[in-house]
Amino acid sequence: MASAGAEPARRAAEGWAERLLAGEKRALARLITLIEERDPAASDVLRLLHPRVGQAHVVGVTGAAGAGKSTLITALARELRARGPSVAVLAVDPSSPLTGGALLGDRIRLGDLSTDPGLFFRSFASRGHLGGLSRAVADAVRAVDAAGYQAVLVETVGAGQSEVEVSELAHTTLVVLAPNLGDDVQAAKAGLLEVADVFAVNKADLPGARETAGEIRAMLGLGPARPWTPPVVELSARTGEGVAGLLEALERHRDFLVASGRWGEKLRRSAAHQLRDLLGEELLRAALARLEAEGSWQAWVEAVARRERDPYTLSEELARRLLAGATGRPRGEGEARGL
Amino acid sequence: MTRPLRVLVAKPGLDRHDRGAKVIARALRDAGMEVIYTGLHQTPAEIVAAAVQEDVDLVGLSILSGAHMTLVPRVIQGLREAGAGDIPVVVGGIIPPEDAEELKKAGVLEVFGPGSSTEAIVDFVRREIGGRVNALG
Ligand SMILES: Nc1nc2c(ncn2[C@@H]2O[C@H](COP(=O)(O)OP(=O)(O)OP(=O)(O)O)[C@@H](O)[C@H]2O)c(=O)[nH]1
Ligand SMILES: [Mg+2]
Repeated sequence: MASAGAEPARRAAEGWAERLLAGEKRALARLITLIEERDPAASDVLRLLHPRVGQAHVVGVTGAAGAGKSTLITALARELRARGPSVAVLAVDPSSPLTGGALLGDRIRLGDLSTDPGLFFRSFASRGHLGGLSRAVADAVRAVDAAGYQAVLVETVGAGQSEVEVSELAHTTLVVLAPNLGDDVQAAKAGLLEVADVFAVNKADLPGARETAGEIRAMLGLGPARPWTPPVVELSARTGEGVAGLLEALERHRDFLVASGRWGEKLRRSAAHQLRDLLGEELLRAALARLEAEGSWQAWVEAVARRERDPYTLSEELARRLLAGATGRPRGEGEARGL
Repeated sequence: MTRPLRVLVAKPGLDRHDRGAKVIARALRDAGMEVIYTGLHQTPAEIVAAAVQEDVDLVGLSILSGAHMTLVPRVIQGLREAGAGDIPVVVGGIIPPEDAEELKKAGVLEVFGPGSSTEAIVDFVRREIGGRVNALG
């Protein structure tokens, strides 16, 4: 963006990106805050990071409340760190719709992992806007990816749409189930079967895990044959039993994506998604700035409010004219003119 | 753009329970803040790591054990070393007045002794920290 402060802003962004790429966690954490606030300075840094994005294996973790997603993510992070790869965890928990506040307690389980140089853990509150949140989390994933974290684990609030959103964002969608939660099988029927790349049946230290795993396998067997059949891994995040097996299943899925060309396909899909998003925002911003600059915005709003114009036709008309380079004004306010 | 304040509530040292810290954490949440709660037995290094990675606006330490004169300076020193010396630190717990004065000289923004009400703490955070964040933009 050309503006008076463009040059200092560019230099500040360069310094910031450099510190982030050098592994400074403070720089990464500050960037994520700006991303959450949708501060334009975040884009200035992200544009410099773009060439570095695309290396990390992003695993989205979803499932019913209380299934053990957070406990399992910590266990997975521990196992990954023991084997070598660096890990970033992005944990999303709901904000109170009433006060906007949130109590974010997922770090409690980290213990000594908290100070591990190869681990970065960030808690997010959903801030009441799931759509906008997925955008912030997607950019945060890009930030930790560029910073060099090799595995990124994203936990989302397991409610409705978020499973689908997490599967947009992740290479591998891990669905966590637990015995005796009652709605597991229902949830599975309600669409988890489609989004899951790997199933974890957690709490295998309690009775019932084997049965839950059996039901999922049976349901998977009923569906059409697919190039990738989601493995169903029984484990206990609490005792750690089976966690290594789950990690291997996640790695097998990544290898499958690469070998089958789906990894590249995902990159293109996500590029299209991001470009569409940003283009839409940029067009809207430019259109509003232009209408306001020429002083016709208020007049159009009035015309719609007085029922002289309908917003459906008007928005189509304005978009057409803006793209052609001219906007005009409502009748009675002077004749149409180009800019 | 206004955003919720982010506050880390941490318990360094060997305290046996965290009832008081949890009450404060919930009160701050109910006041519309995002509270990162890390549980009992945190080392100063773990608290610094959490403050940096969560990019909080304030670190609140709750200490009952009497070890505040060693633990608090270590947290402050650690934050400075991590390039996060600008994050303010407040301390609550069983802190004698003369220690409170020394902690403030060592860089603690405020000390809340045994008589402090939850409301007073929430008000302080809103007023002192809310103002800072808004000033930053
Ligand atoms: N017995 C047993 N309990 C577990 C296991 N894993 C997690 N839990 C317990 O299950 C409860 C929920 O665990 P979380 O990890 O918070 O679950 P979550 O899915 O992240 O929950 P939300 O984020 O609230 O949706 C906690 O009390 C855990 O201690 C396990 O393997 N075995
Ligand atoms: Mg959780």
